[in-house]
Amino acid sequence: MTTMTSRMSEAQIQPARDASRWILTAVLMALLVILPFVAPGYWIYFAGLLGINIIAAQGLNIMMGYTGLLSLGHAAFVGVGAYTVALLQTHFDLPFWIALPLAGVAAAVIGVGFGLPSLRIRGLYLVIATLAAQFILQFTFVNWQWLTNGDVGLPVRPAALFGFAFNNETRIYYLILAVMILLMIFANNVIRSRAGRAFVAIRERDLTAQVLGVEIVRYKLLAFALGSFYAGIAGGLLAYFNQYVNPEQFGLLLSVFFLSAVIVGGMGTILGAILGSIFMTLLPEVLRELSLLAGATLGYDLGPILTPLREAIFGVLIVGFLLLEPRGLAQLWRRVSSAISRSRT
Amino acid sequence: MSPVQLFLEYSIVGIASGGIYALIALGIIVIYKSSRTFNFAMGEMMMLSAYFFYAAAVTFALGPVLGVIVALICSIVIALVIERVAIRPMLGRPFISVVMVTFGVGSIIRGVVGMVWGPSDLQIPAILSRSPVMLGDIFVPGKTARGFAIAVVIVVALIAYLRYSRAGVALRATAASAITAYSMGINVRNVIAFAWVIAAVTGCISGILMANINSLTPHLGLVALNVLAVVILGGMGSISGVLVAGFIIGWLEAITGLFLPTGFREITPYILALIILLVRPNGLFGSKEVERI
Amino acid sequence: MGGNNGLGRTSAPVPQYACMAGVTMLQVDDIHLSFGGVNALSGVSVHAEKGKITSVIGPNGAGKTSLFNVISGFYTPQSGKVVLDGQEISRLKPHSRAYRGMSRTFQNIALFHGMTVLDNIKLGAHTNLKSGIISAGLRLPSARREEVELDKTIQRDIVGLLELDHVKHKHVEDLAYGLQKRVELARALVMRPKILLLDEPVAGMNREEKREMSRFILGVKKDWNSTVLLIEHDMAMVMGISDHVVVLSFGKPIASGTPDEVRSDPAVIKAYLGTADEPVQNAA
Repeated sequence: MTTMTSRMSEAQIQPARDASRWILTAVLMALLVILPFVAPGYWIYFAGLLGINIIAAQGLNIMMGYTGLLSLGHAAFVGVGAYTVALLQTHFDLPFWIALPLAGVAAAVIGVGFGLPSLRIRGLYLVIATLAAQFILQFTFVNWQWLTNGDVGLPVRPAALFGFAFNNETRIYYLILAVMILLMIFANNVIRSRAGRAFVAIRERDLTAQVLGVEIVRYKLLAFALGSFYAGIAGGLLAYFNQYVNPEQFGLLLSVFFLSAVIVGGMGTILGAILGSIFMTLLPEVLRELSLLAGATLGYDLGPILTPLREAIFGVLIVGFLLLEPRGLAQLWRRVSSAISRSRT
Repeated sequence: MSPVQLFLEYSIVGIASGGIYALIALGIIVIYKSSRTFNFAMGEMMMLSAYFFYAAAVTFALGPVLGVIVALICSIVIALVIERVAIRPMLGRPFISVVMVTFGVGSIIRGVVGMVWGPSDLQIPAILSRSPVMLGDIFVPGKTARGFAIAVVIVVALIAYLRYSRAGVALRATAASAITAYSMGINVRNVIAFAWVIAAVTGCISGILMANINSLTPHLGLVALNVLAVVILGGMGSISGVLVAGFIIGWLEAITGLFLPTGFREITPYILALIILLVRPNGLFGSKEVERI
Repeated sequence: MGGNNGLGRTSAPVPQYACMAGVTMLQVDDIHLSFGGVNALSGVSVHAEKGKITSVIGPNGAGKTSLFNVISGFYTPQSGKVVLDGQEISRLKPHSRAYRGMSRTFQNIALFHGMTVLDNIKLGAHTNLKSGIISAGLRLPSARREEVELDKTIQRDIVGLLELDHVKHKHVEDLAYGLQKRVELARALVMRPKILLLDEPVAGMNREEKREMSRFILGVKKDWNSTVLLIEHDMAMVMGISDHVVVLSFGKPIASGTPDEVRSDPAVIKAYLGTADEPVQNAA
């Protein structure tokens, strides 16, 4: 009897839930598309930056959240993508639709280069290898003068497609939005496939995964390459977005930023990486506004301590969420939305 | 000066600065032994201690001796707070999560120190004499030589303490098997807290020495990440092993300085780490574990 | 509940081996395994016949789990060989053995938490699928078809047979112990293994759950003509469902035969220090 009733109610709920999800998605899409017509320019700039952060964080989420491969060097792989775009444009004048995928590929190749020796074994070795990647790559950006132009960095011209240049906030926003949506759908599809199940299996119980026929090293490599690819694409977009690259952008602090975004959002959910990125991208802005407010009302200038304050807050968020809500904002979101749907019925 | 002599001089200076790294490594391994936790906040604990010393000795004008004592006490308190608030609740969780927590703790300390003391270099009162020490014809900078001496004394004292004290025995029992230790009546939680205290002491001394030899900035602790990298690859098995790893890092940094531009010093340990990973995937002394399924 | 256990299903392509009884599916020959001088297995041989249930029993520490880990490829024995369906697999890694048609369950349930029952079961079909990340990420028709086929197969062959329909969308950690064990069995079955290794399938279960599990194992054997090798503590269960029993003691085989032969074997009674009476009563 119980089986019957639960099946029936499930059958009734399913279409309704699907419909409301479709409506929600459509509304969200419409909002994202009309945003530049209604919001001030600064918001558009900001939304573009957010889109880039979401792509990079989703990459880290695939590695860390789904497959359990902790990377402390994600920012450096973003940097590889950014420099790839800058160099391909400077030296070969490649258009963005070739340079951008190559940025992803370059980051994936270099990422796998660093990760390969340690992906064969379990334990902390990958963490060390990614930390090594962070420091060695950043060192390379600074010191390989003739290639990277050192601390000064390289200029980047706006991306262009058939003569149409993405040369202002609104235009680059649409480009980033399109790439982001494609990559989110791609990630979501992968996660719900054979490969995605293998990723989670490795994270949860790698020995059992082997018994089921999952080639651990192969799938770890795939996850690591895919995550680094996302980082590279984010970096390439960032280069077009800022129209310059320099080494300072890709320091350890940015790696900590992505780490916090994934943890705060909720490891191992697509939605989590998105929510976490929104939260973490908004946070410095909120802090900046607060400091302006504090400066105006209290006559106290918070400006100089903003960077360390940000660093401290990143840390508090990492520790706090891991201790108190390891499943992150995505879990809070689920709780809230299920409470709403329950109160409606 | 002949190339051989130059090499020798750099080697000796390098090994001498490795004394401090050995001290840091000791702090890392003691925590690892107690609870299989990799402390990515070791460098920040070290850096914070140096700032405590600065605050006590300069800001409150207590002088160097009281300054060291106050810094030690504050460092121990902070270590105990970290252990109690952030580490203890994470015991039993995947080690990756614990690593991330210590990493987050490090980020908090860096941020707080940056807010309180700012990003610029601070001058701390010299507790080490500058007058150089001559070993035959070889010239060793005074601070490095004396820093080495102090580090070695502390390392030897702590190792003796760990070997012969009750607390040390409890630590070793816990390292061998936490469950057995627990069933024998050892309070494993206290052992872990004790390990954090030892790490606080080594961090504090190495931080103050480091700030004396170089200068005091919020980046002082980054070097501990290098030590951690090499120590992990050297194998977390034995205390003597990680001490050797510390000296090797010091030597390697000095030798890199001899052949390559100074910037390379920062990444030498990581290049070494990658080479070890390529040649010996299980770490230098690592062995393939047999696990129960 | 008993009515819809799917035994009457007709559409599944069930291989008919029934007439080929007597053929050895898994052959484990003269295994010697030691850890740092301690012998875990000395000269153990087990043959699992096609379409039959073969059981390995023995007191704690007899080497049963070590034997399974040798068969799965986690431990490399010092000598001896493992042959599956006529092909030697002694040197293969665990995942390659899965591709050759070996699957197993674990003594301590080894399901993937944070996944639904259905996704856990789908993982069991990993070796039967082909799609890679690009075809899956782009949702190419081939990848989509494969996933739809898999859903259908699981629904038709597994969910009904093991009575999992009411829980298939639940997260595994929300299930009762006995159900979790059943999900693990489902995961091991979905690849249609040539040999199914069951590591203490009824450990920690109550009587009701044990009886259910025995029924499912017999159902699998009858319906699919599966070859099963199981290790188990519970004598009543082993004696009730096995066709052939091998007894280990301190890493050595001390007896083998039908349940009845083993039950009356003096060596077995001795190894169990008198407790051999118990299964006789239980099985009756």
